[in-house]
Amino acid sequence: MHNPESLILKGLPKGHAKDHAVRLLLGAATYLIVIIAALLFCKIIKDGAPVLFTTKAPFVDLGFLLDKNETLHVFDDAQGVRHQLAASKYSEYVKHHDGAPIYNEQTFSYSGGGIAGPIVGTVLLTVGSMILALFFGVGAAIYLSEYAKQSPFIHAVRLAILNLAGIPSIVFGLFGFSVFVLAVPVITRTPADRSLLTLPLWFGDAVVSFQGWNSSLLAGCATLACMILPVIITASEESLRAVPQGFRDAALAMGATRWQTIRTCVLPFSIPGILTSSLLAVTRVAGETAPIMFTAAVAAKDDLPWQSLANPFDLLSSQVQALPYHIYTLAARIPASEATQRAQYGSVFVFLILVASLSAGSMLLRAKLRSKLKW
Amino acid sequence: MVTDRTNSAVPLPAAIRIADLCFAYHAKPALTDVTLDLPAHQITALIGPSGCGKSTLLRCFNRINDRIPGAHITAGSIHIHGIDINRRDIDLQELRRRVGMVFQKYNPFPKSIYENVVFSLRLSGLRKRHELDAIAETALRAAALWDEVKDRLHSRALGLSGGQQQRLCIARAIASQPDILLMDEPCAALDPIATLKIEELLHQLKKQYTIVIVTHNMAQATRCADHTAFMYLGQLIEFAPTLQLFNTPRHPQTLAYVTGSFG
Repeated sequence: MHNPESLILKGLPKGHAKDHAVRLLLGAATYLIVIIAALLFCKIIKDGAPVLFTTKAPFVDLGFLLDKNETLHVFDDAQGVRHQLAASKYSEYVKHHDGAPIYNEQTFSYSGGGIAGPIVGTVLLTVGSMILALFFGVGAAIYLSEYAKQSPFIHAVRLAILNLAGIPSIVFGLFGFSVFVLAVPVITRTPADRSLLTLPLWFGDAVVSFQGWNSSLLAGCATLACMILPVIITASEESLRAVPQGFRDAALAMGATRWQTIRTCVLPFSIPGILTSSLLAVTRVAGETAPIMFTAAVAAKDDLPWQSLANPFDLLSSQVQALPYHIYTLAARIPASEATQRAQYGSVFVFLILVASLSAGSMLLRAKLRSKLKW
Repeated sequence: MVTDRTNSAVPLPAAIRIADLCFAYHAKPALTDVTLDLPAHQITALIGPSGCGKSTLLRCFNRINDRIPGAHITAGSIHIHGIDINRRDIDLQELRRRVGMVFQKYNPFPKSIYENVVFSLRLSGLRKRHELDAIAETALRAAALWDEVKDRLHSRALGLSGGQQQRLCIARAIASQPDILLMDEPCAALDPIATLKIEELLHQLKKQYTIVIVTHNMAQATRCADHTAFMYLGQLIEFAPTLQLFNTPRHPQTLAYVTGSFG
């Protein structure tokens, strides 16, 4: 070597300042995001936790979780004590204090009672749409990865499915409204006036009427399922492809049919991946407001979905409340005041816990299944 | 092609009879005019450099090539025990139960050892526990694995060593009681000790099964095979009893290959 001494650093290395600046900038960007998210969560937890948790056993305000949603009445009694009562308790109070004067009365819609209706509605919507999306999504993924020949047409189909994932949810809402609410066929004896087309059936006096399912649980589930289908199909196909080719070869070489191979040697081993993606889809389904606004959700409903039904199938054609829509209603449709904060922050907090626990559950489940199915 | 069976005292019955077989991936030919009779209850080795078509030929015997898009037989025929296996009305599932296959990379399913062995039996709808148990034991004994795993039949197959996993794959292939066993470089991923065990096993198995083995390892062919076929560029160059092929090859290309001048 000409001058070995040149290997020893004199002063700072070249480009040190630039390196340092880039590192600082990227670090700052990262931590800024974290800090903003942390502040947001802290605010929600600070205001929402006191609504849900109490200092006395059982430490959770079960009333908030289990009571129906009602209008909140706020008023002063003759002694100048301020009361905040949900509609049912308010009428009891009035009955009890017959004729007692009430001053400064204010009412806030949707802000009294609990949020049992929205919670139940969200659960029903989520379960229903996941059943639909998993059935169609995993089916399509199996077809695309195992059966379809890899032709340009299939590539186009796959690309189209991928692009569906980028469509804004409000568009899915409108799509669901125009298709599931207004246009899909139903079998009925009394077709609606707005039916697009009625076809007679070969038996009885029933007809097939293209009049849609109305705003209903079923229409909401179908719309939400459409929204997450691309995610489920893409992720399922990915996890099906990740199953080693050797398993398929081995099964086929032992005399399995195509479907037996898929059922016994491909699908079981791709379930961790499918589950992970679908649990992430669950959090999306539970959280979306736009697709259910026109297709399933109502702001107020006196009964829980299964109450006062003529037969169990009417559940599918009834409207439901839903947590994200409830939060939207509380935030946008009623005036903000001290009295409504309990309902607002409480709902958001419960919603946050629900979604967070779903994500955590998906991670745990995946870790557990992965360790069981390694190759 | 040079075929010589003068060394055999009695003409052996052929388990697989290949006549003028041509095979192509799309338009690209992989096999041209292969004519070969593989004798029953013997081990036949297919040797040759990479890409010579020996694996393709092997995979024709159970028609597992069918799943590769564009792969097709362009001419000729394969008869197994007298039946043309490329007829349209062949029961592929039954064919593959009769012609078992072991792959280069051992590929047991991530299930228990027991479930791996009885896989093909479950496929054919066998449910009776004691029958499954009996066949599993027979197959594992035949694959010389029983003594090593009899106490942990229900533990994970992937916890076994590489050689054990490959023997499990052999047990899995013979559980459906095939007539023919195809082996596509079964020892390529194994160490010498495990290879030795598999080779010993092959000698046991040939009493019951006709074995066709593809190998890169010429020493392995001399150790195990009764007959050896040398293939080059999609053609069968020479087929002869193993010792004869290695000691006194008739074809100059065979000589060049077995003496290591190329390949």
